[in-house]
Amino acid sequence: MQEEQSGPPMDTDLDDRELESRLAKTWSTRPGFWGKIACVDHKVVARRYIFTAFVFLMLGGLLSLAMRLQLSQPEARFISPDRYNQIFTMHGTNMMFLFAVPVMEAMAAYLVPLMVGTRNIAFPRLNAFSYWIFLIGGLLLWLAFALDAAPDVGWFAYVPLSGPQYSPGKRTDLWAQMITFTELSALAVAVEVVVTVFKQRAPGMSLDRIPVLVWAMLVMSFLVILAMPAIMFGSSTLILDRLVGTQFYNPAEGGDALLWQHLFWFFGHPEVYIVFLPAVGMVSTILPAFVGRPLYGYMLLVMALITTGILSFGLWVHHMFTVGLPRLGESFFTASSMAIAVPAGIQIFCWLATLWAGKPVYKTPLLFILGFIFTFVMGGMTGVMVASVPFDTQVHDTYFVVAHFHYVLIGGAVFPLIAAIYYWFPKMTGRMMSERLGRWSFWLIFIGFHLTFFPMHILGLWGMPRRVYTYQPELPWASLNLFVSLSSLILASGFLIFFIDAIKSWRSGPPAGANPWNASTLEWATSSPPPPYNFRRIPVVSARDPFSPGNDELTVATGLRTDRREVLVTTIVEALPEARESSATDSVWPFWAAIATSIMLIWSIFSPWAVVWGSIPIAVALIGWFWPKGEAEDES
Amino acid sequence: MKDLVVLDVSKLPLHGTGMASPTWWATCTFMLIEGMGFGLAIAVYFYLMSLAPQWPIGAPPPDLFAGACLTVLLVASIIPNILVSRWARRRELKKVKIGLLIMSFFGIVPLVFRIFEFPALNVSWDDNAYGSIVWTILGLHTTHILTDLVDTLVLTALMFSRHGDNTRRYGDVEDNCLYWNFVVIAWLPLYGCLYWVPRL
Ligand code: HEM
Repeated sequence: MQEEQSGPPMDTDLDDRELESRLAKTWSTRPGFWGKIACVDHKVVARRYIFTAFVFLMLGGLLSLAMRLQLSQPEARFISPDRYNQIFTMHGTNMMFLFAVPVMEAMAAYLVPLMVGTRNIAFPRLNAFSYWIFLIGGLLLWLAFALDAAPDVGWFAYVPLSGPQYSPGKRTDLWAQMITFTELSALAVAVEVVVTVFKQRAPGMSLDRIPVLVWAMLVMSFLVILAMPAIMFGSSTLILDRLVGTQFYNPAEGGDALLWQHLFWFFGHPEVYIVFLPAVGMVSTILPAFVGRPLYGYMLLVMALITTGILSFGLWVHHMFTVGLPRLGESFFTASSMAIAVPAGIQIFCWLATLWAGKPVYKTPLLFILGFIFTFVMGGMTGVMVASVPFDTQVHDTYFVVAHFHYVLIGGAVFPLIAAIYYWFPKMTGRMMSERLGRWSFWLIFIGFHLTFFPMHILGLWGMPRRVYTYQPELPWASLNLFVSLSSLILASGFLIFFIDAIKSWRSGPPAGANPWNASTLEWATSSPPPPYNFRRIPVVSARDPFSPGNDELTVATGLRTDRREVLVTTIVEALPEARESSATDSVWPFWAAIATSIMLIWSIFSPWAVVWGSIPIAVALIGWFWPKGEAEDES
Repeated sequence: MKDLVVLDVSKLPLHGTGMASPTWWATCTFMLIEGMGFGLAIAVYFYLMSLAPQWPIGAPPPDLFAGACLTVLLVASIIPNILVSRWARRRELKKVKIGLLIMSFFGIVPLVFRIFEFPALNVSWDDNAYGSIVWTILGLHTTHILTDLVDTLVLTALMFSRHGDNTRRYGDVEDNCLYWNFVVIAWLPLYGCLYWVPRL
């Protein structure tokens, strides 16, 4: 349009060295404290996100050890009943909302832009905002715990227990508002991922060439977008019931307690897939690199991902089989709960076929993947069991269920996640993790996991309810509980070794090089760790494998400016270049917007007027965020 | 790794509009999120209705006047809204400026009627579950109007500033129009729920 051909500096006709130094100048974050706060590089933000989520994993793990200590013998007195209630609520809430979902979103924020070959995530400032909101929400919950004011109503906070009558005080409000924080941050990342995948793919990366992991993250983002509003609606109306006396959940005034369960599980079941689908993507990406052959059944896997995403919205009622719903309704949800086993089965067979036809190299990531397949299949089988109403009626609220969901959550998501960390750590830090420690941690985690959680099935069948702070010596549960508690120490030691390995390797691991696994997705086509601008020139893709590891050449595009942050926008289906769009520069405003939002949200636990007065600083911060500053990025 | 140049993108525009613009897609995803929120609110409304022996619970149906005026205003605002969007596409700065002033007006006046809609519900939020859900729906939609109004006001200020005449700004205006259409369209089922379902 108004661009003069001789005008702005372009990347054409520059040698690599010169180009890199100019891009580095344009894309780098300023040094110093405020530079760090203002940083909007998706890799930096995502690394912070991942690190923070792992800190929450560690804290949540410590809580679970505290629970196992208390349950190791009958009538133990280590933890008071009230504190125990807080601890299991904190553990569940923390693991789901502060670890599992955020860590998957963060992996998406790190990997998706690299894998689709762009220079930053779409809406990088929103990404930074999302991190601050997540961090503050997590701190809020843990601060409450430190002050003995943590929620104590379980991670799904059923009414009437969590209503104004049975939970006076602010504990439940803190839980509900923490939900708002984490959902806000999750929604923000979901929007960024959707737009990045739709509009910022490298030229030529048509829909059928998108890496499976990116597909998985895309479906996950849509699940977030469609599921999270339900829980935000739920938690906000719960706060309203508690703060200003609305009657949503009060049956005496036309409200309904089951309404809460519907809202919660309409979100809660897709939530499981929000955690699991990224794991599917990770496994499908990592597996080929360790069996030396391409993934079997790309199309099948993508179809299975999408089908799972859709079906996951037809399942929520299976968490409510015991509340007495109409018979026909129950049958429908049983059928759909079993139907979702079909795409899961397809995925498993694709992986087994890939393994079968290749020559597996048993490095740590592959070990964790094999552990995942084994464990997840077991968890899936108990899943099909509890999908049947009569069986569920028997084991509902027992340790059988605790065993089941840890099999699917730890087996189905945490194992692949650790595989992913071992696999992408070299990309993120430029250093390899240790194979020796990796093996140790795998075997300790794998064996420790099964020894800890398998016996819980039996305890459940023997009638031990979940969420009890102790049990009587006459009951036949003591020795198995002691066994479980001791085994959890093995599991914990495995995690400890993993953390030690990560920290040690980060400081002094051997240099990784650009492509240590000889993989063929785009993140390996740039250096490790990638420069702030990700790629010297935007890659051009002409096959499902964007480049072959043996080949030393990468097809690329030129014609972008070097004096401003510029990314390439492409069409949604075929990824044909459409425009050169600018990408936002560093800014402290997302940070201030997050602070203002947090003040409003926390204040509103105490007074409804916070929503009015607290919105003013938010508006000011948002205007500061969006008002153009006359930078090159604002030209068009 | 060596780069093999196979494509030159230097002739591409510096900013795309419509489906070529990331902000357009983000606006659509935000609409999806909010649409989901409104859909849920409506689902909860009918869920509570299905439980109640009579509906509305313990109150006469809402008075129609304020809500009807607001609805007429909102629907009427679609016309200038579409015009502004068209002018923005053609980059007619003067018309866009005037159009945005008109749209600011169409953002503020419905709020005046909105103030009278709350008492017209004839029920308080804490009376019963019916009161709770209708207040919540009305509150949600008020926030919706308010956010778009603030957005429109800021955009108007921008267009009058030296940053105004810029493809990027015209794109923002178009996205804002898109969003306002959503605010209006989302209101119609809510309006039906609030005012007419209790009269069925
Ligand atoms: C690291 C090893 C872990 C151990 C030893 C462990 C142990 C436990 C135990 C004993 C309970 C039951 C508490 C009770 O009912 O009294 C529990 C509950 C729970 N765990 Fe874990 N857990 C671990 C990791 C995880 C992870 C990684 C997640 C999620 C990603 C998770 C999610 C949950 C949830 C959602 C609950 C339910 C909390 C509630 O009842 O409100 N756990 N865990």
